Amino acid sequence: MNELRRLIIKGSVAAGTLGVAVGAGLLVPGRVLAAWPDKAFGQKKMEDALTTLLGSAEMTESAEISIKAPEIAENGAVVPVTVTAAMAGVESITIAAPNNPAPLVASFDLADGAHGYASTRIKMGKSGDVIAVVKAGGKLYTAKKGVKVTIGGCGG
Amino acid sequence: MSISRREFLHLMGMAGAAGLLPGSLRAANQRPADIYETPRFGNVCLMHMTDCHAQLNPIYFREPNVNLGVGGALGKAPHLVGNALLKQFGITPGSQAAHAFSYLDYDAAARTYGKVGGFAHLATLVKRLRAERGDGNSLLLDGGDTWQGSGTAYWTRGKDMVEACNRLGVDIMTGHWEFTYQDSEVIENIGAFKGEFVAQNVKVTEEALFDYKFSDFDGFNEDAGLAFKPYTMRSVNGVRVAVIGQAFPYTPIANPSRFIPDWTFGIRDEQMQAMVDKVRAREKPDLVVVLSHNGMDVDLKMAGQVTGIDVIFGGHTHDGMPAPTVVENASGKTLVTNAGSNGKFLGVMDLDVRNGKLQGYQYRLLPVFSNLLGADAEMQAYIDEVRAPFLAKLQEPLAVAEETLYRRGNFNGTFDQVICDALLKVNDAQISLSPGFRWGTTVIPGQTITMEHVMDQTCITYPETYRREMSGADIKAILEDVCDNLFNPDPYFQQGGDMVRLGGLDYVCDPNQSFGKRISGMTLDNGTAIEADKQYMVAGWATVGSQSPGRPIWDVVADYLRDRKQVKIDKLNTPKLVGMAGNPGLEDYPAA
Repeated sequence: MNELRRLIIKGSVAAGTLGVAVGAGLLVPGRVLAAWPDKAFGQKKMEDALTTLLGSAEMTESAEISIKAPEIAENGAVVPVTVTAAMAGVESITIAAPNNPAPLVASFDLADGAHGYASTRIKMGKSGDVIAVVKAGGKLYTAKKGVKVTIGGCGG
Repeated sequence: MSISRREFLHLMGMAGAAGLLPGSLRAANQRPADIYETPRFGNVCLMHMTDCHAQLNPIYFREPNVNLGVGGALGKAPHLVGNALLKQFGITPGSQAAHAFSYLDYDAAARTYGKVGGFAHLATLVKRLRAERGDGNSLLLDGGDTWQGSGTAYWTRGKDMVEACNRLGVDIMTGHWEFTYQDSEVIENIGAFKGEFVAQNVKVTEEALFDYKFSDFDGFNEDAGLAFKPYTMRSVNGVRVAVIGQAFPYTPIANPSRFIPDWTFGIRDEQMQAMVDKVRAREKPDLVVVLSHNGMDVDLKMAGQVTGIDVIFGGHTHDGMPAPTVVENASGKTLVTNAGSNGKFLGVMDLDVRNGKLQGYQYRLLPVFSNLLGADAEMQAYIDEVRAPFLAKLQEPLAVAEETLYRRGNFNGTFDQVICDALLKVNDAQISLSPGFRWGTTVIPGQTITMEHVMDQTCITYPETYRREMSGADIKAILEDVCDNLFNPDPYFQQGGDMVRLGGLDYVCDPNQSFGKRISGMTLDNGTAIEADKQYMVAGWATVGSQSPGRPIWDVVADYLRDRKQVKIDKLNTPKLVGMAGNPGLEDYPAA
C-alpha cells in the first residue's frame, strides 16, 4: 500500500477512535487537548452548544455544504461522516447530532487556505439528523442529512 | 400430417387472437399459444434472472395479496396486487399470465398450470432464446440471491448453485445473500464462478485495508478501496455494453456483519453517478445498464437521481413486474425492471442500440412454467447428482397441508404462521418473532410438507433459535423499527424486507404514520393488552447481532409438523390496518 495513503488513513482512523472515546466518556477531554472547549461539548441542547462554541446559533442553509453519510448506519457506534464545504474562506467545520445526549460531536478549525473538508466517524445513539455547521467569512452556514440507526435483521 | 405441439399451440393462439375460434373454444384457450414465442427485436438481447434463492427444481410460488405502497409509491408499480395489477398491465383475469403475476384463484390455478421455475426448465428457455437471438447477441445477467434458500445450497455452502449457474451460462452477477457465507467462502465461490461478479458499492473498510486478507483477489482494487470489480464491458453483437453492479446496500444491517467484517456497503448513489460518468467517458459504451439488488423502490429513486443509465435490471423485492417503469431524470430516461423470485421468471429485454444510443426496446417477463418447457437433460442430470447425497433428508414427509402455505406479503403468510406457532409450542413462549423474508416456496392444499419445504422457508446461515424475556416496550420497539424499514416514505431508508412475522400477538398498524407511531393496540391472542413494563417470554430465530444458543429453526418446525400431521392455520396473526382502505396494494385482506 502507498505509504502516504496508509499514513492518512491511519491518521483518520486514530481521529475517529479518539472522537468515540471522548464521546463515550472514556477519556477526560482536558487531558486530551489543552484547549478543549469542554463547556460547549458538555451542552445538552444543540443551540446552546453552538452558541458556546461559535458565539452564535444563527445559521443560513447552504447548498455549498455536502454531507456524506450512510442513509442507514451499519454500526451506530461508528457512523462515517464527511463534510465538504465549497465556499471560500472556511474557518471551521462543526458536526453535531441533535438527538445525541451531548449533541456537539466534533469541530475542526482550518488554517487559512485549507480545503473545506473534514471526515470522521461519529457515535449516534438513535436515528436523527447529522448537522454540519461551517464558519466562513465570519458567518455560519449549515446543512443536514438524516441517518437511521436501526436494530437490523429481518432482511429479505 | 403431424404438426408439433408447439406449432399447434401457436396456430391456436393466432386463431384465437384473430377471433377465428368460437367463443367457448377461445375461453378454453386462455392459455396463450406459445408464450415463449418472442419475435426478435433490435440487436441486443439481455436476459435477466434474479432472486432464485437456490431453487434448482420446479416449485410453487404464490404472489402476494398485500404489497402496500405509501407516500409517493401509493398505487404505482410494484405496489399493486391482484386485480389492480392485472388491470395496470392489461392482463386478462383467469388467464395463465394472470396466474403467473397474481395470487388470484391461486389453489385452482396452481393445479391447472403446475409448478414454476427449476434450473433445467430455465436452461431450456435460455438455450432457446440464445439460439433464436443468434450466437453472441445476448447476455444472461443474474441479480443475486442465487446461492441461498435451499437445503442443498446451505449444505454445499452455495457451491451447488455456482456450478448450476456455470452450466446455465450466467455471464454477470451481483449479490446479497451470497454474502451470508463466511467471507473466505464468498471469495472462493466467486473464484469458482465462470462469469463475472460486479458490485460498485462494496468497499473494504479502512481498518481492513491495512492488512487485507483477500489482497490477492482479482476484483480487489486497493486504490479505490473496492472489494469487487465495479463494472464490466461486453461486446454484444458488436454493441459495447457496460454492466455496473449494485449489491444489496444494507447487507451488514439486514444480515450478520460478523461473516463479512471487512466489507462495508451502502447505496452510494454519488459513487454510482461518478462510476456511470467514468464508464461513459473512458469506455465509450453504446449502452449502460445496472445490475441491481437495491430493491425496486430504491431503484426507482436512484433512476430519478443518477443520470446516464439506460436500464436498471432490479431484484431483491421479488416484484414480478410485467413491464419496466420509465423514470425521467435530469438528462433522459431510465428503465427500471424487477424480475420476481424463486426462478419463476426470466426477464427478456430486446434492445435496439444504434449510433451509440438506445433507440427502442421490447420487454417480457416470461414465466417459467415447468409443464410448458421441457427439462434440459444435462442440467437435470446435474441437479439430480448434486441433490443425491441429501435426497433422503429432503424428502422426509412431515405433515400434510390442508390449506395453501405461503410466505410472500407484507404481513404474516400462512407458512410464517406455522413457523411462529412452532416456536410458541416447541419453545413454550407467549410471543414468537420470525423474519419477514420474501423468499420461501409455496405448498398447495393436499401436498405433503417435506423437510425440503421447511428448508426452503428457513434455510439461512444463522438459523439458531432463542427464548428470552422481553418487555412490552422492547417488543413494540422491534415492531416499529422493522415497520419503518418497510413503510418509510423515503425508499433509501427501506431495507426491502417485509414486516416481522408474529405468533401469539395481534396489533394495529397504520403505515402512513411516522417512525414510532405506526404500531398500537398490541394484545396477546387471548385479548390481554401488552403492557410496556411487563416481561413476556419471546421465542425467535435469525438473530443478526450474535449467534443465538438454540437449535436451528428447521428442527423446531419439523418437530412441530411431525407432531401436528395435518396443517390448517387456526389463527393468522396479521395486523388490523388503518388508512389502507382502497390501497391497490391490498386485496382479500382479512383484517382491513
